[in-house]
Amino acid sequence: MTVASATDPVRPMARWRAVLPTDPLALAGLVVVAGLAVIALLGPAAAPYPEQGIGTTNVPEAMLPPGPGHLLGTDQLGRDVLSRIIVGTRNAMGISVGVVGLAILIGVPLGAIAGYRRGRVDAVIMRITDLALAFPPLLLAMAIVAALGPGLEHAALALAISWWPWYTRLARATAVSLRERPFIEAARAIGVSDVRIIFGHVIPNSLSPIIVQATIDIGTVILAAGSLAFIGLGARAPEADWGLMVAEGRTVILNQWWIPTFPGLAIFVSVLAFNLVGDGLRDRFDPRHRR
Amino acid sequence: MARFLARRLAGSALVLLGLSVVTFVLARVIPSNAAALYIGPRARPEDIARVTQQLGLDQPLPVQYLTYLRAVLSGDLGTSIGTKQPVLGELVGRLPASLELIAVAMLIAIPVGIGLGVLSARWQGRAPDFIVRIASIVGVSMPAFWLALLLQIVFFRQLDLLPLTGRTDADLRFIAPIVPVTGFYLVDSLLGGNPTAFIDAARHIVLPALTLAAYPVGLIARMTRSAMLEVLDQDYIRTARAFGLRDRLVVYRLGLRNAMPPVLTVIGLTLAYALTGTFFVEIVFNWPGLGTFAVRSLLNVDYPAVMGITLFGAAGYVLINLLVDLGQAWLDPRVRLT
Repeated sequence: MTVASATDPVRPMARWRAVLPTDPLALAGLVVVAGLAVIALLGPAAAPYPEQGIGTTNVPEAMLPPGPGHLLGTDQLGRDVLSRIIVGTRNAMGISVGVVGLAILIGVPLGAIAGYRRGRVDAVIMRITDLALAFPPLLLAMAIVAALGPGLEHAALALAISWWPWYTRLARATAVSLRERPFIEAARAIGVSDVRIIFGHVIPNSLSPIIVQATIDIGTVILAAGSLAFIGLGARAPEADWGLMVAEGRTVILNQWWIPTFPGLAIFVSVLAFNLVGDGLRDRFDPRHRR
Repeated sequence: MARFLARRLAGSALVLLGLSVVTFVLARVIPSNAAALYIGPRARPEDIARVTQQLGLDQPLPVQYLTYLRAVLSGDLGTSIGTKQPVLGELVGRLPASLELIAVAMLIAIPVGIGLGVLSARWQGRAPDFIVRIASIVGVSMPAFWLALLLQIVFFRQLDLLPLTGRTDADLRFIAPIVPVTGFYLVDSLLGGNPTAFIDAARHIVLPALTLAAYPVGLIARMTRSAMLEVLDQDYIRTARAFGLRDRLVVYRLGLRNAMPPVLTVIGLTLAYALTGTFFVEIVFNWPGLGTFAVRSLLNVDYPAVMGITLFGAAGYVLINLLVDLGQAWLDPRVRLT
């Protein structure tokens, strides 16, 4: 097979298998992502001190530096930092997958409808999309959290509300080119309904670029959620949340550096891993990027 | 060009109108008790009743919106609950500190990002390319607030080279006070012939500016690299090389110039990122700009301030996008015609 364009109606899974092992960086990213997924699934069971991971304090052992008993040290309330990070993985992965999933569920059908139908429907959907994109990144999410009140669920909802327009744009761009393709025209000619064409043909054939974008976005949402938590608009104590942990440890950074440093490292490594995998996928799916 | 400008200005005005609707919905429609939000957490029933009337919350929504729009257009963004000052005054007063930080960060990010991107493209597939690609992906993956803390540990605690927080040393106003002209300390200290203040302000801005520059450097380098590779692959470049033109001429004059439009778009994007990115940097470095005010207002549910900041930030974003579009049209005549 020759190099396929991102919108070819070929089974995406076949390409998936051929993608990752070729690029060592993407492979390294994939290993980290798989590790994060396993840790998130196991939850507290993967932590050396599950109780402390959930939030039980252990003040006599407060602020111990990294050592054999506590590999990454303990925080101001004596909780094992490694356990808190492990328990926090579920939050980080959950919120990012949830936000991106919700953004796709809202954005992709809207974009596919706009791109396939064109005309007035397209104009209305895209003007609303442009409006949502007219806010600087995160500012709309911050304003929404302020309106709803701080908290993990509200932060997730706010992020999803400010994220969907990107998927609308992406899905629209693919749908516009797909609607002129012979297999779509053929479906139209034999009288298949617009709804079936959009959900049965247009969306399934737009998936490659959406999957690539989603992979990168999962990392970006981890970063965004961490940032919201850091300024106090995300998860609330005693929840194990990476951004919140950095914020809680910030005041002791000069003497107990390990308390904010390792949770921040967890955010950085996760975002990096998703970016590497996303880059690898994009290089593979979009030949223009393969250099 | 004049028609293009007129069309873009009209488009921006419409977007701004739309933004005012969104902020209005966020401020007045979503909250179950907007009046209570406007007064703050310690609202008494009689205050709520008074503010309900003051804000016209007992009026129909379209009437409320028009009143709100009229106030915004006349520059009235309400009064901050926290500082008891007009929100617009608070924002304008803090703007120079944030703008100076963003400007220095972008002055670092643009040349470094473009330089790294060009370097990477010229040495494609070799060690410099690999290093730049890793560095740029690290740049875009690094949480700004965490990088800020790491820089503080290294440059303040370990090396004792740079100050921890603030815009100047606390005692500077006694030793060598800065006479405000532009509000940019670096500029004002130079204008006032005040080297002591200049050095102090420069030392304070290094770490926050580096933190804020990390993400733009990564993004600009990535885009420059891919745009350069695309351009350097074109026939006219091959022809130029075949004619024996010097490599430097080919890469910079013919290559980089034509790779600039997408790079300019990304610079606009990173500038927009810096608008909110500065919030997190300012918090860590206790920088007295828009960000510290914004975050404090968000946490204290200082609603008039939050809405003012949202509208103000969004207007800044629209302005940046407008400037990027005009820059594109100037660089690439085809843009003007579409």
